[in-house]
Amino acid sequence: MKSNVKFVQGNEACVEGAIYAGLKFFAGYPITPSTEIAEALSARLPQVGGKFIQMEDEIASMCAIIGASLTGHKVMTATSGPGFSLKQEALGYAVMAEIPCVVVNVQRGGPSTGNPTHVAQGDVMQARWGTHGDHAIVAMTASNHQDVFAVTVEAFNIAETYRTPVVLLFDEVVGHMREKLVIPAPGEIPLVERLHTSVPGGVDYHPYLPREDGRLPMSDFGGVHRYNVTGLFHDMWGFPSDNPGVVHGLLRHLVDKIENNTYQMARYKEFCLEDADTVLVSYGSSARSALHVVRNRRARGERLGLLELQTLWPFPAAIVREKCARARSVVVVEMNTGQIMREVKAAVSDPERVFLANRIDGTLITPTDIRNILRLIQGRGV
Amino acid sequence: MAVKDFIRERFFPHIWCAGCGHGIVLNSLLRAVESLGMSKNEIVMVSGIGCSSRISGYLDFHTLHTIHGRALAFATGVKLSRPELNLIVPMGDGDALAIGGNHFIHAARRNIDITAIVMNNRIYGMTGGQFSPLSGCGIMATTAPYATVDQGFDVVELSRAAGATFVARSTTYHVQQLTKLLREAILHEGFSVVEVLTQCPTYFGRRNKQGGAVEMMNWFKDHTTPVGSKAKAENPDLIERGIFVQKDLPEYCKAYDQVIERAQKGK
Ligand SMILES: Cc1ncc(C[n+]2csc(CCOP(=O)(O)OP(=O)(O)O)c2C)c(N)n1
Ligand code: SF4
Ligand SMILES: [Mg+2]
Repeated sequence: MKSNVKFVQGNEACVEGAIYAGLKFFAGYPITPSTEIAEALSARLPQVGGKFIQMEDEIASMCAIIGASLTGHKVMTATSGPGFSLKQEALGYAVMAEIPCVVVNVQRGGPSTGNPTHVAQGDVMQARWGTHGDHAIVAMTASNHQDVFAVTVEAFNIAETYRTPVVLLFDEVVGHMREKLVIPAPGEIPLVERLHTSVPGGVDYHPYLPREDGRLPMSDFGGVHRYNVTGLFHDMWGFPSDNPGVVHGLLRHLVDKIENNTYQMARYKEFCLEDADTVLVSYGSSARSALHVVRNRRARGERLGLLELQTLWPFPAAIVREKCARARSVVVVEMNTGQIMREVKAAVSDPERVFLANRIDGTLITPTDIRNILRLIQGRGV
Repeated sequence: MAVKDFIRERFFPHIWCAGCGHGIVLNSLLRAVESLGMSKNEIVMVSGIGCSSRISGYLDFHTLHTIHGRALAFATGVKLSRPELNLIVPMGDGDALAIGGNHFIHAARRNIDITAIVMNNRIYGMTGGQFSPLSGCGIMATTAPYATVDQGFDVVELSRAAGATFVARSTTYHVQQLTKLLREAILHEGFSVVEVLTQCPTYFGRRNKQGGAVEMMNWFKDHTTPVGSKAKAENPDLIERGIFVQKDLPEYCKAYDQVIERAQKGK
């Protein structure tokens, strides 16, 4: 019997999560540090009757998965910084046309070719606002392989539930590090399957008319309902429209369906927050160092806690506010110049007590880096 | 099924100018599809952005109106994920061969079973008459007020070199031939390209003093000749019409089935 315990890279944990979730189509283009995802899926997908295609670039990869999603399959692509930049226009198309899909960005240092083999978390805002125009987006991350697996499954579930692209914002350390992964038994994590319309053939089907619960049942290309899909503003049939009422209504719908469900999508973990007077807020591989500091300081009796975010977008501001309410200081630990720190400052009642512990040189932020900032905050000097 | 049954009347009136050749291509395409007796549910039409790309919305197939230049990449995803569907991808000359040039050559290289139609009016119609990679030298355009110095592509040679297994060309004047070629292209198993010389009287015609739609279509009549004709030998400037490439090579989705077979063998 094949063991369900594996010792794998984070990228492979993502692959296993995707297969578990029912991934059937992957299109990609090689780029460090995400390449292992494409390599592993080129082997795994045909084994489960799925399809893998290496496209001519990242734009084509993003477009191909949208096309494949429309035939009723769960789809994914994976890339890193430069490739994520190339995907932005088509990512916006998936937002506009409401196509379920998962886009992995294993972050490396940027801008430009940057620091290909080294870690960074500089694409947090790009995930939020990378494609043009007003919109909402879902982006999630994780700090260890068991969570990479779970968050990947969740990404597919959210993509199907809300008919939206979901960005998985991992990073080089999590992607390449090897760690234990226990593959859950089938059914252990519930899966959300494609919601198909119950409208029979021959009856007018409205691909863009939400049900009462807000969900939009789909009909597969090749099925009995023929309809139009476009990146133009469109009415409930998918026909282009510049009618101000239609434009307003659609944009509101696209934003509201995500932001009104911020709480439902919010995934986070907390460690020792109950009585913490100093709260570290972190995510991805940075959260590993943050957790180390919390455990160490707790052992010495200091009241430190960690809020580890897994859902970055929509930003769970209310949860951050509540978890930080009793803290004298909040330290955001991340590997960029403060992209999530700004969100945390905007979320809490007293932004003056929010500090940044960061590292932007391509090396993993260490517990010592965090401790140095804590000493400064506590007025003890470095 | 009557040709009319392929049209979404709800979507009309269409956006095209009076005299635009794109409507003739639509007409011809529908006659080809009708003559093949295909079910509308089996056809997926994927288009990009441009006047030409609007063709998809008017037709009662599964229609995917995408982003500029990327139609073939979207179509590749549809086709590989559901190989039993028939993919038709109409594109403008700019859409197919400027911004979309890379996807075009790679779709051809893979020989994936998609019918690509290049609606070549040698101009960017939708954005108001800028030159395209098919304008060629000496053409007046809103971004070439002193005439173009850019060389153009030859769609037929490009497609052939990239690996397309069916390549044909016709014009909006030669609708009977065009319908026949589109029919053959749809039937062909592999990547097929049909280039259609079509008129944009609004921008190309006006800027280049070619007259209206009628004069432009007459130009197609006078400046083209069947492939391999004696006229071509006498006048090398004539543009050839007909089938240039028609060969059988492994189709991509079929080939991928072998990958699945190999992957599952060891299991
Ligand atoms: C990424 C991007 N760049 C530019 C445009 C603007 N644009 C829209 S259509 C078009 C060219 C259309 O020309 P062609 O493909 O030849 O089609 P036609 O309108 O002539 O039928 C351009 C440049 C766009 N929509 N998207
Ligand atoms: S601008 Fe040219 S291509 Fe566009 S609809 Fe008018 S005639 Fe046709
Ligand atoms: Mg054109």
